[in-house]
Amino acid sequence: MTRRVRIGLFLPALAGFGALLVWAYTGIPSFGDYQGPYGFVLEKISAPLRHMDNVVNATTYDIRGIDTMGEEFILFAAVIGVVLLLRDDAGRSQDVEDDIGSDVVRVFGTLAIGAAILVGLWLVANGFVTPGGGFQGGVAIASGGLLLYLVAGYREWSAFGNETVLDPIKAIGAGGYVVIGLAALVGGLPFLTNFFGGGDIGTVWSGGSAGFVNWSAGIEVAAANVLLFSEFLEEYIVPIARGS
Amino acid sequence: MSFLPYAVAAWVCIVGIYGIVTSRNLIHLALCLTVMQSSTYLLLLAIGYVKGGGPPIYKGVKLGTKSVDPVVQALTLTDIVVSVTVIALILALALDVHKQAGTVDPDEIREMRG
Repeated sequence: MTRRVRIGLFLPALAGFGALLVWAYTGIPSFGDYQGPYGFVLEKISAPLRHMDNVVNATTYDIRGIDTMGEEFILFAAVIGVVLLLRDDAGRSQDVEDDIGSDVVRVFGTLAIGAAILVGLWLVANGFVTPGGGFQGGVAIASGGLLLYLVAGYREWSAFGNETVLDPIKAIGAGGYVVIGLAALVGGLPFLTNFFGGGDIGTVWSGGSAGFVNWSAGIEVAAANVLLFSEFLEEYIVPIARGS
Repeated sequence: MSFLPYAVAAWVCIVGIYGIVTSRNLIHLALCLTVMQSSTYLLLLAIGYVKGGGPPIYKGVKLGTKSVDPVVQALTLTDIVVSVTVIALILALALDVHKQAGTVDPDEIREMRG
Protein backbone atom coordinates (compact mmCIF):
# COMPACT_ATOMS: atom_id res chain seq x y z
CA MET A 1 0.00 0.00 0.00
CA THR A 2 1.49 3.32 -0.99
CA ARG A 3 1.54 6.35 1.26
CA ARG A 4 -0.99 8.20 -0.81
CA VAL A 5 -3.51 5.34 -0.71
CA ARG A 6 -3.05 4.99 3.02
CA ILE A 7 -3.72 8.66 3.70
CA GLY A 8 -6.66 8.51 1.28
CA LEU A 9 -8.15 5.72 3.36
CA PHE A 10 -7.25 7.44 6.61
CA LEU A 11 -8.99 10.78 6.04
CA PRO A 12 -12.58 9.44 5.64
CA ALA A 13 -12.00 7.15 8.63
CA LEU A 14 -10.80 10.13 10.64
CA ALA A 15 -13.90 12.11 9.67
CA GLY A 16 -16.09 9.23 10.85
CA PHE A 17 -14.15 8.95 14.09
CA GLY A 18 -14.46 12.70 14.65
CA ALA A 19 -18.21 12.57 14.12
CA LEU A 20 -18.56 9.70 16.63
CA LEU A 21 -16.40 11.58 19.11
CA VAL A 22 -18.51 14.76 18.86
CA TRP A 23 -21.67 12.71 19.23
CA ALA A 24 -20.26 10.98 22.33
CA TYR A 25 -19.08 14.26 23.85
CA THR A 26 -22.54 15.83 23.61
CA GLY A 27 -23.80 13.12 25.96
CA ILE A 28 -21.33 13.47 28.84
CA PRO A 29 -21.68 15.93 31.73
CA SER A 30 -19.73 19.15 31.27
CA PHE A 31 -16.27 19.46 32.82
CA GLY A 32 -16.50 19.64 36.62
CA ASP A 33 -20.06 18.30 36.89
CA TYR A 34 -19.18 14.66 37.45
CA GLN A 35 -22.26 12.78 38.69
CA GLY A 36 -21.14 9.15 38.89
CA PRO A 37 -21.92 7.50 42.20
CA TYR A 38 -19.16 4.88 42.57
CA GLY A 39 -16.29 7.17 43.43
CA PHE A 40 -18.37 9.10 45.92
CA VAL A 41 -19.47 5.90 47.64
CA LEU A 42 -15.85 4.73 47.85
CA GLU A 43 -14.79 8.05 49.34
CA LYS A 44 -17.33 7.61 52.12
CA ILE A 45 -16.52 3.99 52.97
CA SER A 46 -12.81 3.50 52.37
CA ALA A 47 -11.54 5.30 55.48
CA PRO A 48 -14.12 3.98 58.01
CA LEU A 49 -14.36 0.47 56.55
CA ARG A 50 -10.88 -0.25 55.20
CA HIS A 51 -8.79 2.27 57.18
CA MET A 52 -7.30 3.67 53.97
CA ASP A 53 -6.90 7.42 53.55
CA ASN A 54 -5.82 7.21 49.91
CA VAL A 55 -9.02 6.28 48.08
CA VAL A 56 -7.22 5.87 44.74
CA ASN A 57 -5.11 3.05 46.14
CA ALA A 58 -8.05 1.64 48.08
CA THR A 59 -9.70 1.30 44.68
CA THR A 60 -6.61 -0.10 42.97
CA TYR A 61 -5.43 -2.69 45.49
CA ASP A 62 -8.52 -3.55 47.47
CA ILE A 63 -11.92 -2.84 45.96
CA ARG A 64 -10.80 -3.31 42.35
CA GLY A 65 -7.98 -5.65 43.36
CA ILE A 66 -8.89 -8.39 40.90
CA ASP A 67 -8.61 -5.95 37.96
CA THR A 68 -5.21 -4.87 39.17
CA MET A 69 -4.19 -8.52 39.25
CA GLY A 70 -5.07 -8.73 35.55
CA GLU A 71 -3.04 -5.62 34.96
CA GLU A 72 -0.06 -7.08 36.86
CA PHE A 73 -0.13 -9.98 34.47
CA ILE A 74 -0.30 -7.68 31.45
CA LEU A 75 2.90 -6.16 32.81
CA PHE A 76 4.31 -9.62 33.44
CA ALA A 77 3.43 -10.87 29.95
CA ALA A 78 4.79 -7.76 28.22
CA VAL A 79 8.11 -8.02 30.05
CA ILE A 80 8.33 -11.74 29.25
CA GLY A 81 7.73 -10.78 25.61
CA VAL A 82 10.59 -8.29 25.67
CA VAL A 83 12.86 -10.84 27.32
CA LEU A 84 11.99 -13.51 24.76
CA LEU A 85 12.72 -11.12 21.89
CA LEU A 86 15.96 -9.69 23.20
CA ARG A 87 17.61 -12.35 25.31
CA ASP A 88 20.03 -14.39 23.24
CA ASP A 89 22.44 -17.19 23.95
CA ALA A 90 25.52 -15.06 23.54
CA GLY A 91 25.61 -14.65 27.31
CA ARG A 92 26.97 -11.79 29.33
CA SER A 93 30.08 -9.96 28.33
CA GLN A 94 32.62 -9.67 31.08
CA ASP A 95 35.23 -7.78 29.11
CA VAL A 96 33.34 -4.57 28.43
CA GLU A 97 35.41 -1.43 29.00
CA ASP A 98 32.72 0.84 30.32
CA ASP A 99 34.27 2.52 33.34
CA ILE A 100 33.00 5.76 34.76
CA GLY A 101 35.65 8.46 34.57
CA SER A 102 34.00 11.23 36.52
CA ASP A 103 34.44 11.25 40.29
CA VAL A 104 31.56 13.72 40.64
CA VAL A 105 29.19 11.29 38.92
CA ARG A 106 30.48 8.46 41.11
CA VAL A 107 30.09 10.31 44.44
CA PHE A 108 26.77 12.03 43.89
CA GLY A 109 25.37 9.10 41.93
CA THR A 110 26.12 6.74 44.82
CA LEU A 111 24.30 9.08 47.18
CA ALA A 112 21.39 9.28 44.74
CA ILE A 113 21.05 5.47 44.62
CA GLY A 114 20.30 5.36 48.33
CA ALA A 115 17.98 8.34 48.12
CA ALA A 116 16.00 6.96 45.18
CA ILE A 117 15.54 3.53 46.75
CA LEU A 118 14.57 5.09 50.09
CA VAL A 119 12.01 7.36 48.43
CA GLY A 120 10.65 4.37 46.52
CA LEU A 121 10.27 2.26 49.67
CA TRP A 122 8.64 5.19 51.43
CA LEU A 123 6.18 5.63 48.56
CA VAL A 124 5.20 1.95 48.62
CA ALA A 125 4.97 1.80 52.42
CA ASN A 126 2.72 4.85 52.64
CA GLY A 127 0.55 3.77 49.72
CA PHE A 128 -2.67 3.92 51.69
CA VAL A 129 -1.85 7.16 53.53
CA THR A 130 -0.39 9.65 51.06
CA PRO A 131 -0.01 9.75 47.26
CA GLY A 132 2.13 6.83 46.11
CA GLY A 133 1.71 3.08 46.24
CA GLY A 134 3.18 -0.06 44.72
CA PHE A 135 3.38 1.06 41.09
CA GLN A 136 4.80 4.52 41.74
CA GLY A 137 7.19 3.35 44.46
CA GLY A 138 8.28 0.39 42.35
CA VAL A 139 9.34 2.70 39.53
CA ALA A 140 11.27 4.90 41.99
CA ILE A 141 13.08 1.84 43.40
CA ALA A 142 13.90 0.69 39.87
CA SER A 143 15.38 4.10 39.03
CA GLY A 144 17.69 3.65 42.02
CA GLY A 145 18.77 0.34 40.50
CA LEU A 146 19.45 1.94 37.12
CA LEU A 147 21.67 4.56 38.78
CA LEU A 148 24.02 1.72 39.69
CA TYR A 149 24.89 1.41 36.01
CA LEU A 150 25.48 5.16 35.75
CA VAL A 151 27.71 5.19 38.81
CA ALA A 152 29.64 1.94 38.63
CA GLY A 153 29.66 0.95 34.97
CA TYR A 154 28.57 -2.20 33.27
CA ARG A 155 30.59 -4.82 35.14
CA GLU A 156 29.31 -3.91 38.59
CA TRP A 157 25.83 -3.44 37.21
CA SER A 158 25.74 -6.88 35.61
CA ALA A 159 26.38 -8.54 38.99
CA PHE A 160 22.98 -7.23 40.07
CA GLY A 161 21.14 -6.46 36.84
CA ASN A 162 20.96 -10.00 35.50
CA GLU A 163 18.21 -12.51 35.03
CA THR A 164 19.36 -14.85 37.81
CA VAL A 165 18.66 -12.10 40.33
CA LEU A 166 15.70 -10.36 38.71
CA ASP A 167 13.57 -13.20 37.33
CA PRO A 168 12.81 -14.71 40.77
CA ILE A 169 12.09 -11.29 42.33
CA LYS A 170 9.68 -10.47 39.55
CA ALA A 171 8.00 -13.86 39.88
CA ILE A 172 7.67 -13.40 43.64
CA GLY A 173 5.98 -10.04 43.03
CA ALA A 174 3.48 -11.41 40.52
CA GLY A 175 2.93 -14.73 42.30
CA GLY A 176 2.66 -13.06 45.71
CA TYR A 177 -0.38 -11.15 44.53
CA VAL A 178 -2.15 -14.40 43.64
CA VAL A 179 -1.03 -16.13 46.84
CA ILE A 180 -2.53 -13.32 48.96
CA GLY A 181 -5.75 -13.75 46.99
CA LEU A 182 -5.70 -17.50 47.54
CA ALA A 183 -4.98 -17.06 51.27
CA ALA A 184 -8.46 -15.59 51.61
CA LEU A 185 -9.91 -18.75 50.06
CA VAL A 186 -8.25 -20.87 52.75
CA GLY A 187 -10.27 -18.95 55.34
CA GLY A 188 -13.46 -19.65 53.41
CA LEU A 189 -13.64 -16.09 52.03
CA PRO A 190 -13.94 -15.01 48.39
CA PHE A 191 -10.73 -14.56 46.36
CA LEU A 192 -8.69 -11.46 47.30
CA THR A 193 -10.93 -10.57 50.26
CA ASN A 194 -9.23 -8.10 52.58
CA PHE A 195 -9.00 -10.42 55.58
CA PHE A 196 -6.74 -8.74 58.14
CA GLY A 197 -9.02 -5.99 59.31
CA GLY A 198 -8.08 -2.39 58.74
CA GLY A 199 -4.97 -1.89 60.85
CA ASP A 200 -4.03 1.54 62.20
CA ILE A 201 -5.46 4.21 59.93
CA GLY A 202 -2.96 6.83 58.77
CA THR A 203 0.10 4.61 59.33
CA VAL A 204 2.10 2.21 57.17
CA TRP A 205 0.23 -0.61 58.94
CA SER A 206 -3.16 0.40 57.52
CA GLY A 207 -4.98 -1.46 54.76
CA GLY A 208 -5.05 -5.05 56.03
CA SER A 209 -4.08 -7.73 53.51
CA ALA A 210 -4.31 -5.17 50.70
CA GLY A 211 -1.08 -3.82 52.17
CA PHE A 212 0.65 -7.02 51.06
CA VAL A 213 -0.97 -6.72 47.65
CA ASN A 214 0.47 -3.21 47.44
CA TRP A 215 3.95 -4.48 48.36
CA SER A 216 3.83 -7.35 45.87
CA ALA A 217 2.90 -4.87 43.13
CA GLY A 218 5.83 -2.68 44.21
CA ILE A 219 8.26 -5.62 44.09
CA GLU A 220 7.05 -6.74 40.69
CA VAL A 221 7.14 -3.27 39.13
CA ALA A 222 10.63 -2.58 40.48
CA ALA A 223 12.02 -5.90 39.22
CA ALA A 224 10.21 -5.63 35.87
CA ASN A 225 11.60 -2.16 35.16
CA VAL A 226 15.17 -3.11 36.07
CA LEU A 227 14.80 -6.24 33.92
CA LEU A 228 13.58 -4.20 30.94
CA PHE A 229 16.54 -1.85 31.32
CA SER A 230 18.90 -4.79 31.65
CA GLU A 231 17.64 -6.42 28.44
CA PHE A 232 17.88 -3.22 26.38
CA LEU A 233 21.31 -2.48 27.86
CA GLU A 234 22.54 -5.92 26.76
CA GLU A 235 21.36 -5.11 23.24
CA TYR A 236 23.54 -1.99 23.31
CA ILE A 237 26.58 -3.19 25.17
CA VAL A 238 27.23 -6.67 23.74
CA PRO A 239 27.89 -5.39 20.17
CA ILE A 240 30.40 -2.91 21.64
CA ALA A 241 32.19 -5.70 23.45
CA ARG A 242 32.37 -7.76 20.26
CA GLY A 243 33.78 -4.76 18.47
CA SER A 244 31.08 -4.68 15.81
CA MET B 1 -20.25 24.49 30.78
CA SER B 2 -16.72 23.78 29.65
CA PHE B 3 -15.65 21.20 27.13
CA LEU B 4 -12.09 22.44 26.68
CA PRO B 5 -10.36 19.47 28.42
CA TYR B 6 -12.39 17.05 26.30
CA ALA B 7 -11.46 18.95 23.15
CA VAL B 8 -7.78 18.79 24.14
CA ALA B 9 -8.10 15.03 24.71
CA ALA B 10 -9.66 14.59 21.25
CA TRP B 11 -6.94 16.74 19.67
CA VAL B 12 -4.11 14.78 21.32
CA CYS B 13 -5.73 11.51 20.22
CA ILE B 14 -6.10 12.64 16.59
CA VAL B 15 -2.55 14.01 16.45
CA GLY B 16 -1.32 10.63 17.71
CA ILE B 17 -3.34 8.68 15.12
CA TYR B 18 -2.12 10.98 12.35
CA GLY B 19 1.45 10.37 13.46
CA ILE B 20 0.95 6.61 13.41
CA VAL B 21 -0.60 6.61 9.94
CA THR B 22 2.07 8.80 8.35
CA SER B 23 5.04 7.43 10.29
CA ARG B 24 8.24 6.53 8.44
CA ASN B 25 10.01 5.08 11.44
CA LEU B 26 8.89 2.40 13.90
CA ILE B 27 10.41 4.24 16.88
CA HIS B 28 8.52 7.38 15.89
CA LEU B 29 5.41 5.24 15.47
CA ALA B 30 5.77 3.90 19.03
CA LEU B 31 6.09 7.45 20.38
CA CYS B 32 2.98 8.50 18.45
CA LEU B 33 1.15 5.62 20.10
CA THR B 34 2.23 7.02 23.48
CA VAL B 35 0.90 10.44 22.48
CA MET B 36 -2.39 8.88 21.44
CA GLN B 37 -2.63 6.95 24.68
CA SER B 38 -1.96 10.12 26.68
CA SER B 39 -5.30 11.41 25.45
CA THR B 40 -7.00 8.67 27.44
CA TYR B 41 -5.36 9.92 30.65
CA LEU B 42 -6.65 13.41 29.94
CA LEU B 43 -10.13 12.18 29.11
CA LEU B 44 -10.38 9.95 32.19
CA LEU B 45 -9.14 12.64 34.59
CA ALA B 46 -11.34 15.29 32.97
CA ILE B 47 -14.45 13.11 33.32
CA GLY B 48 -13.81 12.54 37.04
CA TYR B 49 -13.13 16.18 37.86
CA VAL B 50 -15.51 17.81 40.34
CA LYS B 51 -15.55 21.59 40.50
CA GLY B 52 -13.76 22.73 43.66
CA GLY B 53 -12.89 19.15 44.62
CA GLY B 54 -9.64 18.21 46.35
CA PRO B 55 -7.58 15.06 45.86
CA PRO B 56 -9.33 11.85 47.00
CA ILE B 57 -6.92 11.41 49.90
CA TYR B 58 -8.31 11.92 53.39
CA LYS B 59 -5.18 12.06 55.53
CA GLY B 60 -5.78 15.12 57.72
CA VAL B 61 -8.94 16.04 55.81
CA LYS B 62 -12.46 15.71 57.19
CA LEU B 63 -14.39 12.80 55.69
CA GLY B 64 -17.07 14.01 53.33
CA THR B 65 -14.96 16.88 51.97
CA LYS B 66 -15.68 17.41 48.30
CA SER B 67 -13.11 15.62 46.14
CA VAL B 68 -12.57 14.41 42.60
CA ASP B 69 -13.48 10.88 41.57
CA PRO B 70 -10.92 8.24 42.67
CA VAL B 71 -12.08 5.49 40.30
CA VAL B 72 -10.94 7.24 37.13
CA GLN B 73 -7.63 8.05 38.82
CA ALA B 74 -7.12 4.36 39.59
CA LEU B 75 -7.96 3.57 35.96
CA THR B 76 -5.44 6.17 34.78
CA LEU B 77 -2.79 4.53 36.95
CA THR B 78 -3.55 1.20 35.28
CA ASP B 79 -3.49 2.88 31.89
CA ILE B 80 -0.02 4.38 32.43
CA VAL B 81 1.49 1.10 33.62
CA VAL B 82 0.10 -0.82 30.65
CA SER B 83 1.23 1.92 28.27
CA VAL B 84 4.83 1.81 29.51
CA THR B 85 5.18 -1.96 29.29
CA VAL B 86 3.52 -2.20 25.90
CA ILE B 87 5.83 0.51 24.56
CA ALA B 88 8.80 -1.50 25.84
CA LEU B 89 7.46 -4.53 23.95
CA ILE B 90 6.96 -2.51 20.75
CA LEU B 91 10.48 -1.08 20.96
CA ALA B 92 11.86 -4.59 21.40
CA LEU B 93 9.92 -5.65 18.29
CA ALA B 94 11.32 -2.64 16.42
CA LEU B 95 14.84 -3.71 17.40
CA ASP B 96 14.10 -7.19 16.10
CA VAL B 97 12.70 -5.82 12.83
CA HIS B 98 15.86 -3.78 12.42
CA LYS B 99 17.96 -6.90 12.90
CA GLN B 100 15.91 -8.91 10.39
CA ALA B 101 15.15 -6.31 7.73
CA GLY B 102 17.87 -3.71 8.26
CA THR B 103 15.39 -0.86 8.33
CA VAL B 104 12.79 0.66 10.66
CA ASP B 105 10.73 2.29 7.90
CA PRO B 106 7.42 0.39 7.81
CA ASP B 107 7.09 1.07 4.06
CA GLU B 108 10.43 -0.53 3.28
CA ILE B 109 9.76 -3.77 5.12
CA ARG B 110 8.51 -5.70 2.14
CA GLU B 111 7.99 -9.10 3.64
CA MET B 112 7.61 -10.45 7.12
CA ARG B 113 9.62 -13.56 7.86
CA GLY B 114 8.90 -15.80 10.80
